[in-house]
Amino acid sequence: MTSEWPLWEVFIRGQHGLNHRHVGSLHAPDAKMAIHNARDVYTRRNEGVSIWVVRSSDVVASAPSDKGPLFDPANSKVYRHPTFFDVPDEVGHM
Amino acid sequence: MYAQMVKTDAARVKSLDEMEPQERAFQERIDAGQKIEPKEWMPEAYRKTLIRQISQHAHSEIVGQLPEGNWITRAPTLERKAILLAKVQDEAGHGLYLYCAAETLGISRDEMYGQLHSGKAKYSSIFNYPTLTWADIGAIGWLVDGAAIMNQVPLQRCSYGPYARAMVRICKEESFHQRQGFDILTVLCKGTPEQKAMAQDALNRWWWPSLMMFGPSDDASVHSAQSMAWNIKQDSNDELRQKFVDQTVPQARFLGLTVPDPDLKWNEEKGGHDFGEPDWTEFFEVIAGNGPCNRERLEARRKAWDDGAWFRDALTVHAEKHAVRKTPAAAA
Repeated sequence: MTSEWPLWEVFIRGQHGLNHRHVGSLHAPDAKMAIHNARDVYTRRNEGVSIWVVRSSDVVASAPSDKGPLFDPANSKVYRHPTFFDVPDEVGHM
Repeated sequence: MYAQMVKTDAARVKSLDEMEPQERAFQERIDAGQKIEPKEWMPEAYRKTLIRQISQHAHSEIVGQLPEGNWITRAPTLERKAILLAKVQDEAGHGLYLYCAAETLGISRDEMYGQLHSGKAKYSSIFNYPTLTWADIGAIGWLVDGAAIMNQVPLQRCSYGPYARAMVRICKEESFHQRQGFDILTVLCKGTPEQKAMAQDALNRWWWPSLMMFGPSDDASVHSAQSMAWNIKQDSNDELRQKFVDQTVPQARFLGLTVPDPDLKWNEEKGGHDFGEPDWTEFFEVIAGNGPCNRERLEARRKAWDDGAWFRDALTVHAEKHAVRKTPAAAA
């Protein structure tokens, strides 16, 4: 036999109440081993308080070629940023 | 370096004008300091070169565990043993970060292992030297990891995203490696005359192989020029070697050790040291597989892989069995 173990993407929550962040990937035969391996590979120096692992084959990603159609619509809507609006000086902080 | 003399398939570096529009756009992104990510278009030669470079780098981390692993059971104190164990575990981690980065380019992990075990893929020449005494563990941390840091730091800014990010993680951990090595030698150099002599002997044996890590002068190399154009190599081999010597010589002086190079002297004019030429015949012999430990290292890796096969298979079967049990259809 000797088939390659599946690939898992690893997400770690750091110490400070942050989101889980993608840190890398690893091979493991199942989810439980993936968590164990992730601990050894990605948190040897207390980098995290929680680990997520997801089979890489289950990740659905946008294609780099879709970058234009996907993200362009946001470009023209500058009014979504607070700096679009002038607040008169006499109003003070808002 | 951990990746030495990486070939690029280039006969010469193309100018922007000579490139097809797609390749020109790619090169312009690199020139603008942008990162290339896995699914994006890239020239086939860039992909192949990176696979060679990153896998060679990964293999070096993995094989690099062997000379140091040799001393885990013989470390002089329990604390030194725990530290060395953590260091060697880091090297395994570095290998794994790098293998994952290489896999994003479309090569499988098993393919890379196969290339290492067949001798097709290289790893750094430095790991084919034996670790004869405890002082060698100090010398490896101080010199070998010190040399590795020299080119890994700029690689954090290289053009390929996954490689650059792996380098960021590695560099954070590498400084511990160098310091623990220097610390071992500091203690030995303050010890008995025999201990100090042991430290000097280690420096004598590791100095030249460490300088060889950077590879022969590549000022005229097409491959280096191409790799620099792609921003997967930032400094010439000679520049890095000079930097390494200038950084290391004062540290040797602090230890009270003598660098084994009669030509070594400070050159006020260039603001750096002049130093002798490593024995490149020896370097090419080691690269060709004829160093003191090449056979032993490869055999150890092959044996670890073959002996572990039943275990890897067993875990796969176990995982499949449990997956079936969890499916209600299978239980019914």
